[in-house]
Amino acid sequence: MSTEQSNPNRLIGASIRRVEDPPLLTGQGCYVDDVKLPGILHVAIHRSTHPHARIVSIDTAEAAAMPGVVCVLTGDDTGDLALRAPMLTPEMNMPEHPVLARGTVHAVGAPIAAVVAESRALAEDAAAAIGVTYDSLPVVTDAEAALEDGATLAHEELGTNHCYTMKRENGDVDKAFAEADHVCRLHMKSPRLVAMSMEARGVLAYPDPIRKELTVWMSTQGPHRSRADLANSLGFPENRIHVIAPDVGGGFGSKGCVYREDVLVCHVAQKLGRPVKWMATRSEDFLTTCQGRDQAMTSELALSKDGKMLGLKVRVVANLGAYLHSATAGPPQRMLVMAPGCYQIQDVRVEIVSAFTNTVPTGPYRGAGRPEAVLNIERLADKAARDLGMDPLELRRKNYIQPEQFPYRTGVGVEYDSGDYEKSLDEALRLSDYDQLIRMRDEARERGELVGVGVSTFVEPSGGAGFESGAVRVDRTGAITVLTGSSSHGQGHETVWAQVAADLLKVPMEDVVVRHGDTIAIQQGTGTFGSRSAVMGGGALATAAERLVTKAKAVAANLMEASADDVVQVEGGFAVTGVPERTVTWRQVAGAAHAKGTPAGMDPGLHETAFFDPNREAWGFGAHVALVRIDADTGELTIEKLVLVDDIGVVLNPMVVEAQVHGGLAQGLGEALCEEMVFDEDGQPRTGTLMDYAVPRASTMPPLIIGETETPNPFNPLGVKGVGEAGTNGAPPAVANAVMDALSPLGIDHIDMPYTAPKLWRAIREARKG
Amino acid sequence: MEHPARPVNVTVNGTSHATEVEPRLLLVHFLRENLGLTGTHVGCDTSQCGACTVHLNGAAVKSCTVLAVQADGAEITTIEGLADGATLHPVQAAFQEEHGLQCGFCTPGMVMTAAYLLETRPDADDEAIKHALEGNLCRCTGYVNIVKAIRTAAQQPR
Ligand code: FES
Ligand code: FES
Repeated sequence: MSTEQSNPNRLIGASIRRVEDPPLLTGQGCYVDDVKLPGILHVAIHRSTHPHARIVSIDTAEAAAMPGVVCVLTGDDTGDLALRAPMLTPEMNMPEHPVLARGTVHAVGAPIAAVVAESRALAEDAAAAIGVTYDSLPVVTDAEAALEDGATLAHEELGTNHCYTMKRENGDVDKAFAEADHVCRLHMKSPRLVAMSMEARGVLAYPDPIRKELTVWMSTQGPHRSRADLANSLGFPENRIHVIAPDVGGGFGSKGCVYREDVLVCHVAQKLGRPVKWMATRSEDFLTTCQGRDQAMTSELALSKDGKMLGLKVRVVANLGAYLHSATAGPPQRMLVMAPGCYQIQDVRVEIVSAFTNTVPTGPYRGAGRPEAVLNIERLADKAARDLGMDPLELRRKNYIQPEQFPYRTGVGVEYDSGDYEKSLDEALRLSDYDQLIRMRDEARERGELVGVGVSTFVEPSGGAGFESGAVRVDRTGAITVLTGSSSHGQGHETVWAQVAADLLKVPMEDVVVRHGDTIAIQQGTGTFGSRSAVMGGGALATAAERLVTKAKAVAANLMEASADDVVQVEGGFAVTGVPERTVTWRQVAGAAHAKGTPAGMDPGLHETAFFDPNREAWGFGAHVALVRIDADTGELTIEKLVLVDDIGVVLNPMVVEAQVHGGLAQGLGEALCEEMVFDEDGQPRTGTLMDYAVPRASTMPPLIIGETETPNPFNPLGVKGVGEAGTNGAPPAVANAVMDALSPLGIDHIDMPYTAPKLWRAIREARKG
Repeated sequence: MEHPARPVNVTVNGTSHATEVEPRLLLVHFLRENLGLTGTHVGCDTSQCGACTVHLNGAAVKSCTVLAVQADGAEITTIEGLADGATLHPVQAAFQEEHGLQCGFCTPGMVMTAAYLLETRPDADDEAIKHALEGNLCRCTGYVNIVKAIRTAAQQPR
């Protein structure tokens, strides 16, 4: 980067407190539901109570006659208005996804009718007064069952439950298995999880029929992509839609796509010519917002007797739920690029099969396929070590990709940029006092206690999914604005981007304002998900800043009558090398750039934009260690120690990074300890509220030790890798391995997460009986 | 299902309001919709999340679990009324200092719960803090920095 002078007070790398906090701390935040407009109407939705049924009749007469009700719509009114997901393979099967059901419903919660009324309460009253008669149809909820011959169909009209299959194969897998001394086999399942952002989804559409424009406030992670999706579904020009992501109360992947209610509300607003709002209740959020995981893995690892990994076969069966959102089909594909983890395995076969069921659609949720892939290889590694009677760390070390091998092309054909897996493992062992943990475990085991130690070492890709944009603009007075396509919803971009820009421009951070989340203000953008902001948004910003500095130097050279090559950056502006008294400030440069002060042949202004796409992901990595204890009488699991060492390259703001680790970890522990969205065999959700679905609370969090190593990303202008999903990816497999270690004296081989007390208690009882 | 409106007299953040409301109106909706105090959030429909926490006659309550008519005659403080002008309440300041918030949605409820805890138990330790947060959910922070922030606020000289 353009930093000739070393700066002792670099902002990059400092734990700057967040500039976004004061409004949020004083009740001045503005989330979708806080936007007030005159003449606003409210939508409430009557939803299916059946997981699979033909709709015999819908009686809306009573609802339509209720006071304050403006209109009631059913699928007959909204017709072909529908969501459309991308085709990933030519053979992919795609069910209809109408905004209101047409004839058949395929999941509990599918929208059947919408009431538009003068207040939310009146809309809800009227929606409750709608009567629907159903002719129920048979139901399938489990993806593996859905793929069996003769399985019940989730969508009769499709004639199959199969959505898509993808395969990747490298080397000679059959030969590797034929030559192996041992094959380690495991079948495991990741539980279905609920993203549960504290702010449920919501949308407010404001039409302008005269100007033919539509303004939409949405709780979204990516306003530009949402705008395109709305344009496609509505058949309304993208350049006439203005999407605003105001303050957004969390998303964790689930707010990356457009939902039926978003399209419906825009449609109703345009039809009625009035602003219309819909806010999900928590129950609606449980029934309609994309859920995570729900993936079964059948895997085989071929080994030599001394623990060399020779070959890997993975078959994933993914449960997509009943409908395809734009991102629903994405997460299972992660296995295609992540299957071998940190290990040198070149003979690899991965197959992904995805299926429809009569359940809530799935989609990206923090980790989005990464936690499943890490769980798969790390459980296999541990079980293989046990099968061979080897130390699990020794087995891992024996197979790690070595530092000098990077960039390394893996057995699934992707190139890891950098890594040093022993380094992070060693740091985690040091921080956990590993030998002491093992001694403690062995002593406890002697006493008959169920204590276990588990490790996971993992890679985690970040920063994919296309480009990101960044722009830096210096206005006439020298005021600096950063425009970013990374739409922040808690990640602290307003602070961190100001840090980065101020650092690169050598100005005080207070001089920089960061704008995001608005499709008119911001050039273009992709959004915030998949741990991509630091890598992609940061990369775009750094590139734009570099271009801006280059141009500003030319203008400064003009002002100082020097050669641009002799101009250097100094705090607050520019100087001529060797002539420190000849300086100009950013304000002077900006003034000149807007008043005929640019060199001949150069455009006026100081505004540079970068669309950044390195065409590769950043491969962060880490090592997590867990010590667990299980109460043999109650099955209760306690995590007594958890050590997380993550290597995310250069750290922009350690305070923000550590908090991302905390947040990801809490969600990872939710998966390991308590969270699971359950449907009974009739397809009814049994965990549809916060009374039944257990999310971590303050008391859930175990004692933590967080460490880091730093291996810069050579393919990124800032040297960064993503961190948002670190805790979600690495910690659950470490806990799983620790739990299996604790239960190993009982001969228990594998149990799927979450490790609730009843589940462990039952497993212990069975094992002792038999 | 409209029922005759009932009178409600409340003082919110020092300002008194005399008005009439539907008997079924929840306090949280009264604050948000009728008074425009949107800092108090709704995060659930089963009284689990605590995003709606306010102080009612000095005690922390979930305002989604109180009818507006039940608050008749009460003094209410919401997140908008906690700071002293431009000076943040020690809990608010500590949340910024310790990075106790990310998306900010749970934050008003967290701050109101914590402020009440420190009123009643100025010496609260981590255990007591975690216990007091049983009714407040956060999906972003993993609670680590929230607990730290409350501990920091507890240690402020008052
Ligand atoms: S909204 Fe009151 S507890 Fe959730
Ligand atoms: S900060 Fe987002 S829910 Fe707590």
